[in-house]
Amino acid sequence: MSVISSVRDFLDETGQISRFAGRFFSHGLKPKFEIKELLAQCYVIGYKSFPLVGLTGFIMGLVLTMQLRPSLVTYGVQSELPVMVGIAIVREIGPIITALIFAGKIASSIGAELGSMKVTEQIDSMEVSGTNPFKYLVATRVIATSLMLPLLTLLADAIALFGAYIGVNIKSVTNIKFFFIQVFESLSYSDIIPAVIKTVFFGFAVGIIGCYKGFNSTKGTQGVGRSANSAVVLSSVLIFVLDLLTVQLTNLLGFN
Amino acid sequence: METKPKTNEENEPAKSESVIVMKNLYKAFGDNQILEDFSLSVQREESVVVLGKSGAGKSVLIKCIIGLLTPDKGSIEVLGKEVTGLDEDGLAEARKKIGFLFQANAIYDSMTVRENLEFPLRRHWTDLDEPKVLKMVEEALENVGLAHTMDMMPAELSGGMLKRVALARTLILKPEIILYDEPTTGLDPITSKEIDQLILTLQKKLKTSSIVISHDMSCVKTIADRVVILLDGKCYADGTYEELESSEDPKINQFFQSLLV
Repeated sequence: MSVISSVRDFLDETGQISRFAGRFFSHGLKPKFEIKELLAQCYVIGYKSFPLVGLTGFIMGLVLTMQLRPSLVTYGVQSELPVMVGIAIVREIGPIITALIFAGKIASSIGAELGSMKVTEQIDSMEVSGTNPFKYLVATRVIATSLMLPLLTLLADAIALFGAYIGVNIKSVTNIKFFFIQVFESLSYSDIIPAVIKTVFFGFAVGIIGCYKGFNSTKGTQGVGRSANSAVVLSSVLIFVLDLLTVQLTNLLGFN
Repeated sequence: METKPKTNEENEPAKSESVIVMKNLYKAFGDNQILEDFSLSVQREESVVVLGKSGAGKSVLIKCIIGLLTPDKGSIEVLGKEVTGLDEDGLAEARKKIGFLFQANAIYDSMTVRENLEFPLRRHWTDLDEPKVLKMVEEALENVGLAHTMDMMPAELSGGMLKRVALARTLILKPEIILYDEPTTGLDPITSKEIDQLILTLQKKLKTSSIVISHDMSCVKTIADRVVILLDGKCYADGTYEELESSEDPKINQFFQSLLV
């Protein structure tokens, strides 16, 4: 019985999230646009996330290189380390790790902020003040997350490659120019473009889930905490699901 | 004058004098019927206090007037215009004339006091220039005695000050009608009395009409021209404070005594 109820709850919530996302396309993208608030959100969501994303990117590149080296040494192909690390970072690890870090920081912050606004009637107050809260709060945040995550991912990739360069130099000596030539010669547009495009979807998922959870927050401060928490969990799971789907799609389209 | 429970028809004064006319309102949440054939009208420059038990539907009532909730059935006329079923633009236009003071103040905590007051101004009147906006903000804050808080954040203000800022934000658009949702809830008796007096003074100064939701009898006594009791989704009684207080109807009596306790 509880399994049926859980399945019903899951389907119910999936339906509501889909409707919420549909509302974003039907209402959120119509003029008049909240440009000032959008720019403010791009600053908060993008610029202020950069230090965290940069640091994790650097560590990711460094650790990945150090972990891969012994295996490659075993097969005598350690010279291919920059190539392997480059492809791994740009195609998969960079986008997914950045998106997960981004979800942890941004989905929780949006969920908590909007949740708190909801329970303290600030969203109602906004509506009374002649503002469409969906456009002002949701559309701006979802657009900002969808735009900022690809940029952050590109920056994280670059920093991760630098981390990888340092990782390579721990046990051998490689010129930075030679390292990056080796990395970029192994990469093609079909590696970079699908990876960047999928981060737009990851960003959209983080924004829409964070806003949905915050907008539907109830039961006071406890509810706000629950919204923030479930926003992170759900958006992280959704990132993996979307990743799986985009990999299948890029395979079908012949990018792999 | 003898006070007795009134029928809906008796609650309908002459339409020409009324700024709010609610007729046969119904509102339910699931199986829970909140408003059931509720009717009420408010005259120009009149203050009507709505009393009722928790969950009786008092807040639902005023949220229906401002369009935050839509009644299932019935009509609401505000300043001669039907507001139920209005689209987003129509509601925005109607809301220029209606102020709403939220129970929890609903001050935007990420904005300064000045930005909080500017927000509805810039949204409703987009053609205002910067000096005019500043002048209106200063004037609104002076009205509530908080001109010095203009650049402060809400977190730096006390509960009473937040209520005053919320009141200033409500009044900045110079609405003809103000809806107060429990304006003194959570405040100490002295601050509550100050807020009551402030509401009364500003009402007289700005000549507004109002509906006040309250449990605070000193607030009711100070502000009310007329008191309405909302019971079982209906307008159970309607009269002045003195009339209802001296009523022999056991339900009204019980209600007043329990509130005084």
